[in-house]
Amino acid sequence: MGGKMKNTTVRCMLTRLFVPLLALTLLAVACANDSSTEPVTTTTNQPTTTAADSTDNGTDMDADEMGSDANSSADANDGEDFSAAFIYISPIGEAGWTWAHDQGRLHAQRVTGVRTEFVENIDDGSPADTEAAIRTLVADGHDVIIGTSFGYMDTMEEMAQEFPDVVFEHVSGFKSNDTNFGNTFGKIYQPRYLTGMIAGATTQTNKIGYVAAFPIPEVARGINAFTLGALRVNPDVEVHVNWTSTWFDPALEGDAADALLEAGADVIAMHQDTTAAGLAAEAAGARWVSYNSDMSEFAPDAYLASAIWNWGPRYAEIISSAADGTYTPVPYWGDYSDGIVDIGSIADDVDADIVDQVNEVRQQMIDGTFNVFEGPLFGQDDTQLLADGEVMDFGTLLGEAFFVKGVIGDIG
Amino acid sequence: MIVGLAFPETALIGLLFAAIQFGAMIYLASLGELIAERAGVLNLGVEGMMAMGAVGGFVFAIETGSPWLGLLAASIVGALVAMIHGLFAVVLGANQVVSGLALTIFGVGLANFWGTDYEGLRPDVQFVDVDLGPLSDIAWIGRIFFQQSPLAYLALALGCVAWFGLNRTRGGLALRAAGESAATADTAGHSVVGLRLFAVAIGGALAALGGAYLSLSISPGWTVGVVAGRGWIAVALVIFGAWKVRRVALGAFLFGLAMALPSRTESFDLPWHPILWSMLPYLLTIAVMIAGALILRNRPADAPAALGVPFRREER
Repeated sequence: MGGKMKNTTVRCMLTRLFVPLLALTLLAVACANDSSTEPVTTTTNQPTTTAADSTDNGTDMDADEMGSDANSSADANDGEDFSAAFIYISPIGEAGWTWAHDQGRLHAQRVTGVRTEFVENIDDGSPADTEAAIRTLVADGHDVIIGTSFGYMDTMEEMAQEFPDVVFEHVSGFKSNDTNFGNTFGKIYQPRYLTGMIAGATTQTNKIGYVAAFPIPEVARGINAFTLGALRVNPDVEVHVNWTSTWFDPALEGDAADALLEAGADVIAMHQDTTAAGLAAEAAGARWVSYNSDMSEFAPDAYLASAIWNWGPRYAEIISSAADGTYTPVPYWGDYSDGIVDIGSIADDVDADIVDQVNEVRQQMIDGTFNVFEGPLFGQDDTQLLADGEVMDFGTLLGEAFFVKGVIGDIG
Repeated sequence: MIVGLAFPETALIGLLFAAIQFGAMIYLASLGELIAERAGVLNLGVEGMMAMGAVGGFVFAIETGSPWLGLLAASIVGALVAMIHGLFAVVLGANQVVSGLALTIFGVGLANFWGTDYEGLRPDVQFVDVDLGPLSDIAWIGRIFFQQSPLAYLALALGCVAWFGLNRTRGGLALRAAGESAATADTAGHSVVGLRLFAVAIGGALAALGGAYLSLSISPGWTVGVVAGRGWIAVALVIFGAWKVRRVALGAFLFGLAMALPSRTESFDLPWHPILWSMLPYLLTIAVMIAGALILRNRPADAPAALGVPFRREER
């Protein structure tokens, strides 16, 4: 009797140990899916060697689980095979922020011939995940690491210090160092202004809804530029802002668009990385201005125009300068003349006269003769922000935390 | 503040419509968790099961061209994934919290992996909101109650079935007995493990329906993160609703309201920044937990007595 009970207890203890262990294994599997091993791709235009190299890297990664050989394997790779890696916050998908970056990666790979890889779904709210992804990529022998979400900034700064031989380029932040850590962004507010012109000319109710992400300068600049563009062609227009506090939550973003449509808006603009606002506009028979990439196929009836990114040339520049040792970090803020931003396709039913005007202003932006934020400029509360002909200084532009007249909403 | 923008009526109708839509989605998941917990199994894997349902529903809907087949597939996928928890927590008697958390992490990870090729795909297949003719045309009520997604009515129907099944059938009695006093149920000749596995499977299927509601109706399409923590709200809602089918339905509507309100603060001219309002569902969740803890100090718990306790016949 006693022995039997003891047996049972031992068995139970084993079961209790065994099960959490299995659970942990599951956990490990799930984590592995999220980070680096799964979505690694390799170039297509570099023949046979590349495929072999990538297989090598794959095995390296498994063998180097403890990371002890990390440096030596990185050194070994350095000499013979220069490569660059990209860190994405979300999956590439078929449109949007990360898709645009991946197009840039593919372009850079074509132009420079340098092998590139990427990892996706790296949470930029988690420094630990970010650091783990970077360490894996460094151990994997990459010479350039490009992080494409704001939240990677501080971790990338630390890693740049720890790995001085690797070039780190951060997108959409503001930090850099003197040797191997730079940042890249672009004046997306320029094409925003152009899409605003189209939206302002299209609205019948004079109410445009703007599904906004977070109240940070990047978003505020976009809203302000869009509004100024709309006001240029339609002085009666109002741009109503609805905050979602999300970059990527289609359910909420669609609902936020619905709320604006219910409130009488007939054109919707947005800042997030999903097509949800466009689908909501399409369902309601309203119009839509998309962001990041040309999303016309997602809501063909609603789609009006889009402000899009063209990261390729800049990425090619970073990678080739890093490859020939001439890379110097700069706070890069490209504009229309660099081609890093542009306006996507314009819907067929937009008035030809407006399209002409848009093209005219676009050309002025390319020539550098037109400033979006130039006086006279008035704030939401009618205070004059810029005198006639005055151009907004760089600091104010970078830290924009106000709304211009014509925007309805609270920046907080 | 919104000069001439909104008739508050349209905003109010929109708010109530969205509250029911979000509420019904959460309700499906909560109902599943309620059934599992009434049988004595705490399943914290709701978030993972919803993710699997969202991706499974979308994938099968796209592949078969029918949202209904997608929905059916989602419920099967949900039940299968829930069986991981069933194996560990019910059959092997592992710690339910650990196993449930593992299921969340595993489910979300697997869903992301499965959905790779479907990420951001144009949603050509989705549920269309119903049109009940004259009913749908009634002012106010028509839009709020009779133009919802078919899934909202499905949620209501399943709620009725669950209430009847739990409270008015022998099987429901046995299931509740497994959650209140597993030994008693065992003595009465019921298979506690069988009942609990059944409840966990139903729970998984319902959670997956909640996920499919997201990917086939509310925001058609699959993207990573579409569930966005709503599985946890579903778990909290069961406590909020004191493990009662009808009270959980009421709670689901309240949480739906809390989810729909932040988008409409401007229309109602509410004070504070909308971002503060968007914390509402989570604040509500915390408030429910605190209130629950305070109430439970003074009176017998609403929770099933054997909730979270693994059943092993030898250890009675």
